[in-house]
Amino acid sequence: MTPWPTPPQEDRYVLRLYVAGHSPRAAQAIANVKRICEDHLQGLYTLEVVDLYQQPQLAAGEQIVAVPTLIRALPQPLRRVIGDLSNTEKVLIGLDLKKQTPDDTAAAE
Amino acid sequence: MTRPNNPADDRPATRKQLDRAPTGIEGLDEITSGGLPKGRPTLLCGGTGCGKTLLALEFLVRGATEFDEPGVFMSFEETALDLIENAASLGFDLPGLVAQNKLVLDHVHLQRSEMEEAGSYDLEGLFIRLDLAIRTIGARRVVLDTLEVLFANLGSEHTLRSELHRLFLWLKARGVTAIITAEQGEGRLTRHGLEEYVSDCVIRLDHRVSGQVVSRSLRVVKYRGSMHGTNEYPFLIEEDGMLLLPVTSLNLEHIASTERVSTGIPNLDAMLGGQGYYRGSSILVSGTAGTGKSSFAACLADAACRRGEPTLYFSFEESPSQILRNMRSIGIDLKPWVDQGLLRFWAARPTLYGLEMHLATMHREIRALQPRVVIVDPLNSFIIDGNGNDVKMMLMRLVDYLKGQGITGMFTSLVHSSSETGRIDIAVSSLIDTWLLLNAELEGPSGRSLTVLKSRGMAHSGQPRSFRLTERGVALSEAPRQSRDGFTADGKEEA
Repeated sequence: MTPWPTPPQEDRYVLRLYVAGHSPRAAQAIANVKRICEDHLQGLYTLEVVDLYQQPQLAAGEQIVAVPTLIRALPQPLRRVIGDLSNTEKVLIGLDLKKQTPDDTAAAE
Repeated sequence: MTRPNNPADDRPATRKQLDRAPTGIEGLDEITSGGLPKGRPTLLCGGTGCGKTLLALEFLVRGATEFDEPGVFMSFEETALDLIENAASLGFDLPGLVAQNKLVLDHVHLQRSEMEEAGSYDLEGLFIRLDLAIRTIGARRVVLDTLEVLFANLGSEHTLRSELHRLFLWLKARGVTAIITAEQGEGRLTRHGLEEYVSDCVIRLDHRVSGQVVSRSLRVVKYRGSMHGTNEYPFLIEEDGMLLLPVTSLNLEHIASTERVSTGIPNLDAMLGGQGYYRGSSILVSGTAGTGKSSFAACLADAACRRGEPTLYFSFEESPSQILRNMRSIGIDLKPWVDQGLLRFWAARPTLYGLEMHLATMHREIRALQPRVVIVDPLNSFIIDGNGNDVKMMLMRLVDYLKGQGITGMFTSLVHSSSETGRIDIAVSSLIDTWLLLNAELEGPSGRSLTVLKSRGMAHSGQPRSFRLTERGVALSEAPRQSRDGFTADGKEEA
């Protein structure tokens, strides 16, 4: 234990989830991303959920086409995962928390 | 929007004409009887480089500037900067339109390698962007160029198809007039079958390169509930936009002037019913090399300038200074007219540009100068590399364009022997009102003769007359004294 508090770690991973309204798919994505973050990034992340219906200008600004889109703004480089995030493996690969194995590549094809 | 409807629900074969949104593109509105289906999507397909993006851009620019219909350009390939540069080459100021809230450019950047798919999704992000852009400027027109990029970058084709279906219905519900571009597919109109979604209007662009010459054409493949020309129409991409040249038959409504204009040669005026050519008519001067075709053109130009009429002289063999010198040697001084700005020369080597560029430039110059007389010397310079058919069609359209504008046009044509009229002459002869044939095979060094092969709508002499190129211009002999029996003696007559 150091006498001074460690600098906040929460900003190591800055994540934003873009959804459109309160659809079942949006709820699904929110639940999934929270679970994955708690399992893999506990204490290391901030997560913001953005409803594009409320802030439509962000769709162009953040180059959103598919919804939901999860963006890892930090660390650089920026990464994107689209979908309801039900495939945890793919989310981890997309966030670069897990290396893609040759098996994954084959499965993706 | 709940569930996508079946496109077949759009009642087929309603005979009611769809309302039109004019494109403002010269010629296109003519062949579509007024423009694209208003408030509906139109599919614009064709191969790479065929001009889809430019046509779509022009549709928006003209919509914004001429019809008070702001537009949204959603680009899936080119960045806003690329678009601005491309449009600038057509003289369109996109940043200006954006600043005036008449245009929104949105570049949709998609990169499969930067994106992982983890579960089901839809394309609501695209709808939100488009919706916001439309609302921001009150857009009436939308271009999506080209949606097929989505197929390359999104994995779920099933999702994509149902979302595209939803998009087309959404556009229709918004009542915007839209152009959706698509790449040509193997053996079908578009690579990803987008034609399934668009039932109102499908336009195909094509471009072929033969030799140095690019020929572009446009065809209306489908236009619901309307008669439309199914021909391929050549089009040009000019410095100030696209130009479609509709076929002759569509516009045979030229106003036939009864006004006459002097040929610049008194005795030739006399041969043509005593008064010369009709204004707005087309005159073909054919002859073998060195028979004086350009001299007849210079006489017409001189006479027009004397009347104060702007004249445009396209020269494809000689430089303007050469023409001025040569004409001065036969007593026709064109220089004052050039100095006064009445006579304008435009000279280029035929091989310098492709046919398309030549015709484009000629159209542009004609529109800029608004001449009353146009001379093309010679017409057959355009024939390169045996591209005969394309050239013929294009020339017919040029002749037709001049007639439509009421501009008197003179075309010279080089033929190789006096017994054979050139291919080009025959090709354009139906459009020609007065056809002069020059011949250099009479005896004597200066033995040249002129025959009026035809001259529509006027009494004219069909007998050959001799003429000489003198220091005081073209000296054409008087009418033969004993011509009643069809014999002519004017071959030896003093000029």
